[in-house]
Amino acid sequence: MKQFETVIGLEVHVELATKTKIFCSCSTAFGGAPNSHTCPVCTGMPGSLPVLNKKVVEYAVAVGLATNCTITQNCKFDRKNYFYPDNPQNYQISQLYLPICRNGAVEIETPDGGKKTVGIHEIHMEEDAGKLVHDDWGENSLVDFNRSGVPLIEIVSEPDMRSADEVIAYLEKLRMTIQYLGASDCKLQEGSMRADVNISVREVGAKEFGTRTEMKNLNSFKAIARAIEAETERQIDLIEAGKEVVQETRRWDDAKEYSYAMRSKEDAQDYRYFPEPDLVPIVISDEWMEEIRSKQPELRDEKKARYIEEYQLPEYDANILTGNKHLADLFEQTTEICHAPKKVSNWLMGETMRLMKEADMEAEQLHFSPENLAKLIGLTEQKAINNSVAKEVFQHIFAEDIDPEAYVEEHGLKTVADDGQLRGTIEKIVADNPQSVEDYRAGKKKAIGFLVGQTMKATQGKADPGMVNRILTELLEQ
Amino acid sequence: MSLMSLTAVELGKKIKAKEVTVVQAVQESLDAIAQKEEKVHSFVTVDREGALKKAEEVQKKIDAGELTGPLAGVPVAIKDNMCTEGLLTTCSSKILGNFIPTFTAEAVKKLEQAGAVIIGKTNMDEFAMGSTTETSAFGVTKNPWNTEHVPGGSSGGSCAAVAAEECSYALGSDTGGSIRQPSSFCGVTGIKPTYGTVSRYGLIAYGSSLDQIGPVAKDVTDCATILETISAHDPKDSTSVERQDTDFTSALVDDVKGMKIGIPKDYFGAGLDPEVKEAVLQAAKELEKKGAIVEEFDLSLVEYAIPAYYVIACAEASSNLARFDGVKYGYRTSEYDGLHQMYKKSRSEGFGAEVKRRIMLGSFVLSSGYYDAYYLKALRTKALIKKAFDEAFAKYDLILGPAAPTTAPALGESLSDPLKMYLGDIYTISVNLAGLPGISVPCGKDSKGLPIGLQLIGDCFQEKKLIRAAYAYEQTREYEHCQNL
Repeated sequence: MKQFETVIGLEVHVELATKTKIFCSCSTAFGGAPNSHTCPVCTGMPGSLPVLNKKVVEYAVAVGLATNCTITQNCKFDRKNYFYPDNPQNYQISQLYLPICRNGAVEIETPDGGKKTVGIHEIHMEEDAGKLVHDDWGENSLVDFNRSGVPLIEIVSEPDMRSADEVIAYLEKLRMTIQYLGASDCKLQEGSMRADVNISVREVGAKEFGTRTEMKNLNSFKAIARAIEAETERQIDLIEAGKEVVQETRRWDDAKEYSYAMRSKEDAQDYRYFPEPDLVPIVISDEWMEEIRSKQPELRDEKKARYIEEYQLPEYDANILTGNKHLADLFEQTTEICHAPKKVSNWLMGETMRLMKEADMEAEQLHFSPENLAKLIGLTEQKAINNSVAKEVFQHIFAEDIDPEAYVEEHGLKTVADDGQLRGTIEKIVADNPQSVEDYRAGKKKAIGFLVGQTMKATQGKADPGMVNRILTELLEQ
Repeated sequence: MSLMSLTAVELGKKIKAKEVTVVQAVQESLDAIAQKEEKVHSFVTVDREGALKKAEEVQKKIDAGELTGPLAGVPVAIKDNMCTEGLLTTCSSKILGNFIPTFTAEAVKKLEQAGAVIIGKTNMDEFAMGSTTETSAFGVTKNPWNTEHVPGGSSGGSCAAVAAEECSYALGSDTGGSIRQPSSFCGVTGIKPTYGTVSRYGLIAYGSSLDQIGPVAKDVTDCATILETISAHDPKDSTSVERQDTDFTSALVDDVKGMKIGIPKDYFGAGLDPEVKEAVLQAAKELEKKGAIVEEFDLSLVEYAIPAYYVIACAEASSNLARFDGVKYGYRTSEYDGLHQMYKKSRSEGFGAEVKRRIMLGSFVLSSGYYDAYYLKALRTKALIKKAFDEAFAKYDLILGPAAPTTAPALGESLSDPLKMYLGDIYTISVNLAGLPGISVPCGKDSKGLPIGLQLIGDCFQEKKLIRAAYAYEQTREYEHCQNL
C-alpha cells in the first residue's frame, strides 16, 4: 500500500487591537448597534478617502519582527477588486505586490518533542469587510458596516506542516506571540483570529506537491484538526480511486464533520489588483523600525526562562504560567507585591485554574486583582488563616474580588491559635468521645482524624490544624 | 450692466465697500441663470433658495466683520462631481441621479469658509469622462459663444457658466485637461494645480492619481485668488501636500523679463488647427516682447501620453466606479432576480456608454495576464514622461503651447468618433501624468468666432511662475465678454 503525507500551509487572518479602524477614526469596538461605528470612509461613500492608521503598521511590523520576517521598508497598498455587498467600495484595500513582511519563520514543538521550523511566506495588512444580516422572514439582507475597515493582518505560511498537530502547534505559537505583543486578542470563536487551511497530499518521497484545496470556516482548533483529517482522507480516497483532486475552495461544516466545494479554480475571480492610488507608499525608516523593536515586549520563551531563573519556578510552572499572557501578567503583578512566587504560582495553577474550568472561563476573563491575591497569600504566610479557610476566601476573591483581610475580619475567620482556648475545646471533645480515645490508645492511630474533624467543626474551621494535632496527640498520649 | 460681468474679485470689492449686497449679487446670478439656462444649460442643479438664504447669512457676517476676504459674498458654481452636503451631487450620471451627500468636499468647504455663496452644481461629462460635456445624463451644455458648438469638457458646465456670466466663477476638476480645454473653448481662464495642492476629499474620483480641483474664472487674478483660498494641506487626503507657498496672488506681477519659456515643437505639428497655431505663437511673441526668452525645443514622448493616460485613468476608474452598485445609494434597477442581476442591471442602466466603455477598458488592462502588458507599461511610460518634463524644466521656467488642437467642435461631432475625441487631449494629458500645474488663458478667436486658449505648463509647485506669465500676457489684451446670449 502506498504511504501518503499531508502537506499543509495556512493563511491566518488576525484582527489587530487598534482602537480605531485602519483608514478612518471609527471605533473598532466589538458589538454596538448596527452601523453605529461607521463614517463616509468605512461605508465607501463617494468622495471619501482613506488615511492609514499608523498603529496598524506598527503592529504589523511588531508581528513581523517577532516571527523573524524581513520588513519591507518601502511598501504600499493595492486594491483587490470584487463585488459583494459587505464590501462597500467593491474593492478591498490590501497588499499584493509589496507586503509589509516577508520570509519569516517560527519554531514549533512537534508531538514527539522535537523542534521544527515553519516558514512564513509573507504578512500583509488589509481591511475587514462588513457583515451581512439575512432577514429570516423576508427576502431582504441587511448590511452592518461596523466591522468594515477593522484592520487585519494576513499571515501566509509556507507549506511546511505535515499534520494537524503541527498546524495546531503553529497556530498556538502565532497566537501566543501576537497576544504577547498585544497586537490582537486572537480569539478564534469571536473571529479575531481566523485560519484558512491549504491541504494537499502526496506519496511519501514525492518531490512535487499534489493539487491543493483551501478549507474555510474553521472556528476552533478542534475544527481545524478534524477538517485536516477529513480532507486528507478524502484526497487519498480520490487518488487511490484513480480520480483527481480538484483545486477548489471548500467549506467545513463542523457539526457534520464534512466539507463541501464552494468554488473551483475555474470560477476563481480575477481580482484585478493594482496599486491603491489614494494612499502614498509607506516608508518604514530604520529609526521607526528600531523604535518598534525596542518597544517589543518580552516574548514567551524569554519569559519562561526568566521565571525559572529569577523566580526559581519549576519548568512545569513556568510553562503553564507563560502559556497565557494574562495569566503571566497576573503572576508577575501578584509576585511583585507579595514576593512569594511559588505560592502565587500554586494559587494560579491550582485553585484559579480549577475554578476557571468549573466556570468554563478563559484566563482573559479573570477579573480579580493581584492586590487581593497577594493579601490572601500574606494571611496564609502569617498563619492568620488556615488552608481551608484560605480556599473559601479565595472563592470570593475569584468571584467578586473582595478584600480578604476585611472579609476574614468581618466573618471572624482568623485561625484560633491560642493554646489555652483551643486546649479547653479539645479537652471537652476528648471527654465527649471516649470510644475514639479508646480506639486511638488501642493502636488505631487513624481515630485521631475524627477528633481533629470534631475540633475543626467546633471552631468553625478556624483552628490552626498544626496546633490541633499537637494538643490532641499530647492529650491522647497521656 | 450685470454684476455677473464683473470678475469675482471686482464683485467682492463692491460687496465689501457696501456698494452692493450679497443678496443683490446672488439675485443677479439667479436672474442670469433664469435668462440664459435654456440656451446654455450649464447647470444640473440650481439652489435658488439655499443661495438666497446663504446670501443673507454671509451678508450678516460681512457686516459683523467676520468675513473680510476677497471672495466673501461672491456667487460660485461647483462642478457636480464635488460633494455638497444636502445638495444633489450627480456627476451628471443617472446612477447618482438621487444622491445627496452627507458631507461637503474640502475644497468647497474652503470657499464656504471664505464666504462664497454656492449658486448651483454645473453640468459635466458623466463622471468627468469626456471632452465635450455631451456624455452628461442630464442634457448637453452648449458653448455660450456659439450654441451649435460644445463647451468642451469635462468641466464644460463650469466654464460655460463663467463665460455666459451666470455666476462669478466656478470650480472644475481636471484629470486629463478637463479644466484647461473647456476654459480654452469658452474663452475663460482655468488652472489645474500641481497634484496634491487642493484636497481631493469629497471629489468623486475618476482617476485618483490624476484628478485635481482647480478654479475657472474670467481672469488670472480671480484664478490666483480662488486657488489661494482652496489650497491647503488636508489630513483627510493622503495625497495632499504640505506647501508654504500658496500665496499665489503675490505672483500677479506684470513682469516676465528673463523668464525662459520653451515651446515644444511636438505641440505644433500635424493635427493642429492653423488658426490656433497662429494665435498661440502670437501670444508667445507678446511674452517675448515683454522680455521673456522664448525658444523651441523637443519634448519627447508626446505621442505616448494619450495611450498611457487612457490605460491609467480607465484602470483607476474601473475600480473607483465599482462602488456604484445600487446597494447603498443611487440608482437601483426596478426589477431584478437576485444579487448578481441587481448589480448587472443597475450598472447597465445607470451608466452611460462612454463610462461603460472606460470601465471595460480599465477592467481589461488590469486583468490577469494583461496587467504587465498594459497597466505596468503605462506606469513606466508615465515615469518617462515625467522625466522628459524634468529635463525640459531644467532649461525652462515654463512650457508654452495650445490647450487644444482645435477650437470647440460642433455638437455631436466628437461622440461619433471617440478616438478622435481622445486625441483632442494631446496637449493637456501629459501635464496630469506628470502631476504638473497648467493654465489656460484666452488668446484670441478663430474665424468662426470661437475662443482659442493658450496653455502654460510649469514644473511641480511652480504655479507662481504660471500665474506671473499668464498675468503679464493678460495685460496685453482686453477680456472679451460673451454677448451672444
